[in-house]
Amino acid sequence: MSATMAEKKHAAYICSGCELGARLDVAALVKTATKDGKMPLVREHAFLCSAEGVAMIQNDIDNEGVTHAAICACSRRSKTEAFNFPATAVSRGNLREGVIWVRPDTEEARETTQEMAEDYVRMACAEVKAMSVPSGNPNVGGSKTLLVVGGGISGMTSALEAAKAGYKVVLVEKTGALGGWAAQNYKRIPTREPFKNPEDTGVADMVSRIAADANITVYLNATVTKTAGAPGRFKADITVESGSTVTEDAGAIIQASGFTLYDANKLPHLGYGASPDVVDQGGLETLAKVANGGAIKRPSDGKEVKSVVFVQCAGQRDTTGEHLEYCSGYCCNVSVKQAMYFKDSNPDVETVVLYTDLRLPGNGEDFYRSAQNKGVIFSKAKVSAVAANGNGLIVNFKDLILDEDTQAQADLVVLATGSVPTSGPDLDALNAAVVASESKNAEIKAEADIQVEKLRAKSVLNLTYRQGPDIPHFKHGFNDSHFICFPYETRRTAIYAAGPVRRPMDMLQAMEDATGAAMKAIQAVENAGLGKAAHPRAGDLSFPNVRLEGCTQCKRCTVECPFGAIDEDERRFPLFNESRCRRCGTCMGACPVRVISFENYSVNTVGSQIKAINVPDEFENKPRILILACENDAYPALDMAGMNRHDYSAFVRVIPVRCLGSVNTIWITDALNSGFDGIMLMGCKHGEQYQCHFVKGSELGRYRLSKVGDTLKGMGLEEERVFDTEVAITDIVTLPQRINDYAAQLEAMGPSPMKGF
Amino acid sequence: MSANNTAMAVRYKNNFLKELEDQAEMGEWIKMCMQCGVCAGSCPTNFHPGWDHPPQEIFMMVRAGRREEVLTSNSMWMCTSCYNCYVRCPRKLPITHIMHGIANYAHRLGVAPKLQPTRNFGKIFWNNAAKTGRVNEVMLTVDLYFRNAEGKFDLMAGIKKALEMQSIAIGLVKAGRLNPLELFGGHKCKDQKGIQAMLKKARELEETRKALKAA
Repeated sequence: MSATMAEKKHAAYICSGCELGARLDVAALVKTATKDGKMPLVREHAFLCSAEGVAMIQNDIDNEGVTHAAICACSRRSKTEAFNFPATAVSRGNLREGVIWVRPDTEEARETTQEMAEDYVRMACAEVKAMSVPSGNPNVGGSKTLLVVGGGISGMTSALEAAKAGYKVVLVEKTGALGGWAAQNYKRIPTREPFKNPEDTGVADMVSRIAADANITVYLNATVTKTAGAPGRFKADITVESGSTVTEDAGAIIQASGFTLYDANKLPHLGYGASPDVVDQGGLETLAKVANGGAIKRPSDGKEVKSVVFVQCAGQRDTTGEHLEYCSGYCCNVSVKQAMYFKDSNPDVETVVLYTDLRLPGNGEDFYRSAQNKGVIFSKAKVSAVAANGNGLIVNFKDLILDEDTQAQADLVVLATGSVPTSGPDLDALNAAVVASESKNAEIKAEADIQVEKLRAKSVLNLTYRQGPDIPHFKHGFNDSHFICFPYETRRTAIYAAGPVRRPMDMLQAMEDATGAAMKAIQAVENAGLGKAAHPRAGDLSFPNVRLEGCTQCKRCTVECPFGAIDEDERRFPLFNESRCRRCGTCMGACPVRVISFENYSVNTVGSQIKAINVPDEFENKPRILILACENDAYPALDMAGMNRHDYSAFVRVIPVRCLGSVNTIWITDALNSGFDGIMLMGCKHGEQYQCHFVKGSELGRYRLSKVGDTLKGMGLEEERVFDTEVAITDIVTLPQRINDYAAQLEAMGPSPMKGF
Repeated sequence: MSANNTAMAVRYKNNFLKELEDQAEMGEWIKMCMQCGVCAGSCPTNFHPGWDHPPQEIFMMVRAGRREEVLTSNSMWMCTSCYNCYVRCPRKLPITHIMHGIANYAHRLGVAPKLQPTRNFGKIFWNNAAKTGRVNEVMLTVDLYFRNAEGKFDLMAGIKKALEMQSIAIGLVKAGRLNPLELFGGHKCKDQKGIQAMLKKARELEETRKALKAA
């Protein structure tokens, strides 16, 4: 690239279409680009995104040697196909959505609107000069094999779907047979019309299809003992029971490690353990398998079951904090199915389902109706105790409809205990234990060592990542996947969570999940092979560059990276794994010495834009407000505000950022030093209901920026001069209002005392 | 009749749901209730006064086997047949008909509340109409109003009521809706015997059907 560096040629293009020419003084904008933007070549066009306009730019690239183009027309989110010059660095000045569409078309507004446009031209010129064309990640991996961990219904589905798409699959199963929980079932919840009767599980068919598929290699009795590398070039050590280890190459990983039933031994009040005739749902499947369509016999004495009570929400939806807080979502349908096992073999068996709320996702309502038709009794009730009563069991419960305490006799009681994910250790707990194990206190150390070993033993993937051996947990110990927009995406690039490991679900949902995860994994290996980013900046060729000679080894980047992309080398410098990177820039925002940058996004590309903005002195009564807006939600919301012609203050200057997490505090101090009156930070919601595309980015950014108060104090400025606001993409109407309110607040505060220094 | 009641209870071994499925009109629908309570929320009578239990609670009591409580309840008798619940039930239960079915069954067993006004009127109306095949309005009002609180004939009570309602009666006579001469016989159906034979046969058929189910 250094050869081309010498031959840089900058050009600016100013469009006068879409009423830009009527609303703005385009000749003045050309002058701004030439004089302030110092662009050697500036062209104006009446319809820049037309074939003719694009050809004009292409001609300059081909024949005039233009390497950097500042296109001042519409938002960077518009006309991306027209302004697609892959070998040229392109910046965009947002004159349409960002200026004329958010300003009233009046004579008195004309001056400030023109000033706004001129600033965006200056900013586009400054930005493009600081950019270069991303060359792509040189460290690409060639493996297109998918490693699927877990051979249950999810894992088998992922394997079959990926194999069908032509990809090789390595399927690792801990036990001696494929099938997981699904194989333990006698039958499954119906998946097709008329949803009236339990269906065959289909496991045997899947197992035989996997055996016959040349694309799928199966390891039984095997675990993944080490996973090193990065997307496109993972190396997984697969250790089988005998102790021998094979290393397989993989481009992406699907973790389908499934679930276990919540331990019913924790529910002694419901009789589990006290009587063998109290079973969990897994236990009943075993009994039904033995009966194989005949009469189900109870475990204690082999007597035919004549009455059975199903207790829903056993140890689930618990508000005391002792048991599971959540609803597993599938157990109501399972109890309906299991009640049918009894009714189908003998309609005279008394079957009662005691529930607090029946929750029957999918087509479960039809299934429920069918069970009622078969004579299964459903009672809204809260069960308090199950006890042995002579030869049988007695269930004490409160009937919630009739509002009375009552009881029922039963030969057998089935507890719907719900699912607990097999999601590996909690990384926060593990990291805390690791820190404690470095203690000098021998007692603390010994205890921490045991804890570390215990947690490590739970690992599913045994990643060699600095941030821990597995995918992070989110709520209730389930693996975190982007719950709102990208359900299979985890915080580990090209490692996808599928099935009940990421949230409780039934077989049908798990199969859908597994198919989706397989598709994402295929996308990931393909992108990794081309050195491109995975979602949400899919196809992005830029990657973080680090100037190691300036690095102080503070480790903030390695700790903060939401995706665990950064390890440490032997000299304790950050070691970037580009293909694990999602290009959010959180490392860049975190770096106190500013040595991390992307070719097309850096401390400088944003910093130079801030410096290019013209800040009038305090006597002109024209405040300046800098908005740093997340490009995923806030910036589109601002664009849409423009499309809907919702006006906002002419004093704001918006710079899109990849994520609030990428905001470096130097931008804040620079802006305040150069006389900006206020700064608005627009990022996504964080916390339990997060909407950040990079999961933790906005949270990390906010945490970092919450510390600027001290800086402000040091400068003698009010804390309100930096304002953090949470923005969703739908805030189209409220966002302009928030901007205007803030502008009014700043006006009331008076101009920044930093102006003119 | 209460002997019949005991006999049915024994025959169904306290499986009250099954008993109503066999013996009450539309009883086979009771098991399909999902306890949403839309029926209760839709009922214009608001269950006040008199409704001991809204429909979904009756259904739950049936499933819980609370036989006597359901059969002696006045709830089913309070239904005004507006069909609001019937139309709104998301499970498409014919609730109005089930209410009537259970009420009728309780009546046949002789355990329904004796002087419940709906039941009382129904009984008088049926006897009146089944006798001649035509309703005799004058005799209907006499049967209905010349009674004391215990249901015994009471001349004074009837006269008091007649005075109270005389303007309505005069209006009905003027409009030709009430003929005072009906007191002495009144209009009849042509083939009275045929009507009665037909009703008898219908009852026989129903009894046979229900007995078969119970067997």
